[in-house]
Order: sequence, then structure tokens, then C-alpha cells
Amino acid sequence: MNHQTAPVELRELVGFGRDDIDEVVNAIRGFKDIKEFIVLSTCNRVEILFTTDREKQAKESVIAFLCRLGGTTRGELEPALYIHENQDAIRHIFRVGASLDSMVVGEPQILGQVKEAYRMAVDRKSSSVILNRLMHRTFSLAKKIRTETAIAGSPVSISFAAVELAKKIFGDLEGKHCLLIGAGEMAELAARYLLNNRIAKILVTNRTFSRAVELADQFHGMAVSFDEIDDQLLAADIVITSTSSPEPIITSNHVRMAMRGRKNKPLFFIDIAVPRDVEPEVNGIDNVFVYDIDDLKGIVEFNISQRKGEAVKAERMVDEEVIKFSEWLRTLDVVPTIRALQDKCERICRNELKKTLSSLADLTPEQRKGVEKLTSSIMKKVLNDPILFLKRKKARASRDLYLDVTRKLFHLDQNNDDTNPK
Amino acid sequence: MDIIFFRLTLIAYLIATAGFLLFILKKDKRVARWSHRILLVGFALNSIYLAVCYYQLGAVPALTFKSSLSFFSWTIIAAYIIFQLRFKLMVLGSFVVPFSAFLMIISSTIPISTITVRPVFKSLWLPLHVAASFLGNGIFLIAFTAGIMYLIQERQIKTKRLGAFYSRLPSLNVLDSLNYHAISYGFLLLTIGMITGSIVAQGAHGSYWRWDPKEVWSLITWLCYAALLHQRMAIGWRGRRSALMSIGCFFILIFTFLGVNFLMEGYHSFESLTGNRLP
Repeated sequence: MNHQTAPVELRELVGFGRDDIDEVVNAIRGFKDIKEFIVLSTCNRVEILFTTDREKQAKESVIAFLCRLGGTTRGELEPALYIHENQDAIRHIFRVGASLDSMVVGEPQILGQVKEAYRMAVDRKSSSVILNRLMHRTFSLAKKIRTETAIAGSPVSISFAAVELAKKIFGDLEGKHCLLIGAGEMAELAARYLLNNRIAKILVTNRTFSRAVELADQFHGMAVSFDEIDDQLLAADIVITSTSSPEPIITSNHVRMAMRGRKNKPLFFIDIAVPRDVEPEVNGIDNVFVYDIDDLKGIVEFNISQRKGEAVKAERMVDEEVIKFSEWLRTLDVVPTIRALQDKCERICRNELKKTLSSLADLTPEQRKGVEKLTSSIMKKVLNDPILFLKRKKARASRDLYLDVTRKLFHLDQNNDDTNPK
Repeated sequence: MDIIFFRLTLIAYLIATAGFLLFILKKDKRVARWSHRILLVGFALNSIYLAVCYYQLGAVPALTFKSSLSFFSWTIIAAYIIFQLRFKLMVLGSFVVPFSAFLMIISSTIPISTITVRPVFKSLWLPLHVAASFLGNGIFLIAFTAGIMYLIQERQIKTKRLGAFYSRLPSLNVLDSLNYHAISYGFLLLTIGMITGSIVAQGAHGSYWRWDPKEVWSLITWLCYAALLHQRMAIGWRGRRSALMSIGCFFILIFTFLGVNFLMEGYHSFESLTGNRLP
């Protein structure tokens, strides 16, 4: 289930934390129909990824388990669940890892959460050949999508967009001064982002001075009185305003005066207040940039629509990867593996024969045939035991593991084994 | 022999141009790095070409319009490489390299004319005069480009329409500082170019200053850049105004470089430099 199918109340019930993970893993390990599995629980999704030979029974036991976990009835839970099989399941996990299935498409946390879930599965040995490879493909695909599309390129929150703008004006924010006029959630968030970008100093002012002192403490800054704003404009580089004043508190005359004193050093106003605290005319002054809340919202909306466009490109990359993975999965069976093994050996025999026979030109046709027969019977004898072994494993639980080892040992996946699933 | 190097240079510059344009479209850093490497190869070939020319001619290869263009494009790339070391701005290449390649194309369309080098041009001050002036011009081109990039970026931020260039261009601060550095160094070289030029003139014509059109226009250019530097350092101009003025100054510079040679009579015109009529 995820944020689209299940309301938050239900997700809270079923979701589990890191402390409960052992319990969950042990419970699922008890179901004999499930071969490999990984559990993922974040605030936006609860997912159980597994491989099985008996789909129906496995599904039943997982659903029953989720009901028990959440203390809900099947009737409540089932409409909120989604079940993907085979290719759809592969596509789903690729999309989740690449943050295409996220509430905010392109947000980066989900990949970390998936990696964490995988790490826990590896620690508890609940995932094996197939899921290991699937997860590795997920991670490299997510990385590829991140670098080759602009899906996570531009900020989609107002505070973050403001900080990105500041970087486009000042370049490096290190050593810059920020003046916070008034308080508010978004202003404080922006100030926090600025601090993360190693801004030198945050000054806080407020109509009620005690509130200013309180905020200044939070940011390791300094409180200044409201009357000092004009003086502070000489030193500050970024000014965030969010007062509830009905009149603008920063007028173009103020700023024009300040710019003379600052020798035209750039000044960036982030005006989050409604009604606005900074006169719109201020933006007309050279080297002064004013962004109000509507401007920032405009940027954010634009960025979101950009991301949706990039998501189409990303979906295409997902489709390609799904096809590649399904092909690999098909080869992970006894008959194709044996055939690939025989093909490879025959190819080697043919090539070596050609080389040897061309240097032994004086052989009679009978001798020639004898040599050919010799090589092919050596090959068959050598391959006999491995093939019998693989055939015996056909119905065993360890089948996938031995198939994988065989394919690696003889290097049978030339096209698509660029990652090593361990 | 020399013509091979000229052609190879042209090819390298054209490939680098294509690469840098692809880079600004696709924002793929690998493309920019490869373009930069190809550009370095082109620059080395260009240097060999100019060295061969210098050796064959016995004087700086900047006496004809054809050779001045290729020499100018060499100094532009030199200026770009120097500033690239300091500022690491690959996107600068997308603006500067095409211009340089364009000059090379024009240069390649002009047929080679044999010229007689007068003995006065064998003076050792002449290469210094030409090199300083041309490198100064190349660096002023960087300032001009930075000015244009600044104006584009500033317009986008001011009007709050963050278009395609927003993510491709660096921050205003970087562009402004690039503009400032380029003007400072360009001004220094222009000054050296003018002083050494007057020494050459003393040797060739017997006087340091003769109010020749080239001399007058160089003085005007020098004064313009001096005014710009003064405004920056003393008054604290920066940003848009400085960018605009550096663009204006560059147009005057181009007139001094080309306009004067073509439109006005004087000893700097290519005809009087080579004693030939221009093709």
C-alpha cells in the first residue's frame, strides 16, 4: 500500500519501525511458500516484495499477515492494497527506487529508504539471487535516472527555491549575512537551509524583542531591534521578511540609501509576508532582487510541471530496464542454463578445432573426423556431471542459487551482467 | 606545410565549437570536458601554425587581415584557457569558442597573399606590441562575453522568468567577478600594447605619437576602459551597469581593431602594412 491507495490512518496501523523488523522478518520467514523477500516500511508506503512458486497461497498468507500486523479486518485492508506480479512487480520496484511513485516525484529520500530495507534484508538473509540482482538494478537505474534526467533537478519547496535563487545571485553563500524580519514557519525553514549552506551570521528582529531573542537563540544568531533595520540593511546580504504589518516596512527609498552605503553589493529580499513587506518598486533598483511569496510559488509550480515532463523520460528508462531484467529472469531456469552452457562449450570446440586443423593440413579425412569426435566427446564428458546436477536441482529451493553460480562461473550472461549481485 | 596546421586548427576549433554548443543544450559535463581537450589540441596546432608563420615571415604573422584574424582567434583561445583555469566555467566556452571558430572560418576564406616585410617590422618590440594588444583584445572579449551572460542571467532573475539559461549560467556574483578580472587584465595588456607600440613607432617613424587614427582610437578605447575601471573601483559600480559598459567598450575596441584599419587611412591599415591592396 502507498500514499495513493491508503489513508494515513491505515498506513500508520500497518507500518512498522526499525525495532519491529526482526519480528516481521521472522513471521514472514515462517511462510513456506515465500522464497525470498524484502520488507519496506516508510511513512508513505508499506511494501512486501517476495518471490514464490505458488502465487496464490503466498499472496493469501501475506495479506493475512498484514491484517494481523495492523489489527484490521480483511475488508478494511484489501481495498488499500495493490498486488503486482512478474513484470509489473519489477516495474513497480524500479519506479519506487527512482522516486517516480513518490508523493513529490523526484524526492531523494526514498532511494535511501529502499537501500536501508535491502541492507536489513541482506543482514537477515531474507533476500537471495533474484531479489539481490533486482535491488542492484533498482539502485543503478535510480542513479542513472537522477543523472540523466532533470527529475530531481529543481527545487519544489518554497524555502528551498528561495535558497537556490540566493545561490544564483551570490554564488557561494559562505560568509554572507542574513537578516530575518518577523517570524513564521517558512521564514524559519529558509533560514535553516541558509545555515546549512554555511551562511556566516543570522540576525533576527521582531516587533516584540523577546520573540526575536528567542529565535536568535535557535539559529545561534543575534537579535536586533526593529528600529535598527535601516542600519542592518548595510551589512545584510539576504533579507527574509514575514511580518504581519499591513504597510510595507521596506521602501524603495530605504533600499536606495542602503545601496549607496553598501557600494552596490547585491541585496536579496525574500518576502514571505502577505500583505507584502517590501515595496514592489524595490526590485527595480540595480543589484537588488525581490522575490515575494507569489513569485516563489510560481517557480515551484513551474518546477513541478518540469519534473512531470522529465518523469516521462524516466518511465521510458524504467521500461527498458524491466525488459532487460525479465530477460535475465527467463534465463534463470534449468533448461536455458544447460543450453547456454552447451552452446558455449560447442562454440569453444569449433573455434579451437578450426585453429588446430588449419595447422595440421596433412591429416587424412578419417584422422580429421577422429579429432573432431575426440573433442566433442571430451566436452560431453566434462559437461555431463554439471548438467545432471542442475537437473537434480530443478525442484529444489536452492535451484536459483546454483543456476546463478553456474551462469557466473561459465560467464553465460555476457550481455547484461555488468553488475555483480553481491 | 603551414597550411596543414591551419586547416587542422580550424577542424579542431569547429569540433570543439560543436561540442560546446551540444554541452549548453544537453548540460552533459562529459561533452564539455572532451570539447575542452579538443580545444587544447586545436590551440597547440594553432600555436605551431603561428610559430611556423613567424619563422617563415621573420615578423609577427599579423600583418594581413587573414593572419590577424587567425592570430586574434589564437589569443581569444589563450585568454579563454587562462580564465578557465581560474574560474572553471565550461559554459564560457559555449560563448567564446564559436566566436573564435567564426574568425578562423573568415580567415580561411581569404586567399593567401605574398607580402614583403619591411625591415622596420623585424624590430623585437613589434611582436611584443602585437602580442600584448591582441591578447588584451582576447581578454576584453571574455569581459564582453561575461557582460552578456550577466545581462541574460540578471534579466531572468529580475523578471522572475527562469528560462533555459537560468540553470546553465553561473551565479551573478561569478559573472560579475569574471567581468571585473577580465577588464583589469585586459586593461593592463592594452596599456602595455600602447607603450610598446609607441616604441615601435619611434623606431619606424621617428616619433612616439603622431595622431594617427589607430593611435587616436586606441587612446579613446583606453580611456573608456579606464573610466569603467574607475567607476568600479572608486564609485562601486557593479552588476548591470558595469556589464553594459564593458559591452559598449568592446564595440569601440572592435572598431579600433577593424574599423580603423579598413575605413581610415593611416599606417596601421593593412594596405600600408603590407604594401598590397587587400584582396
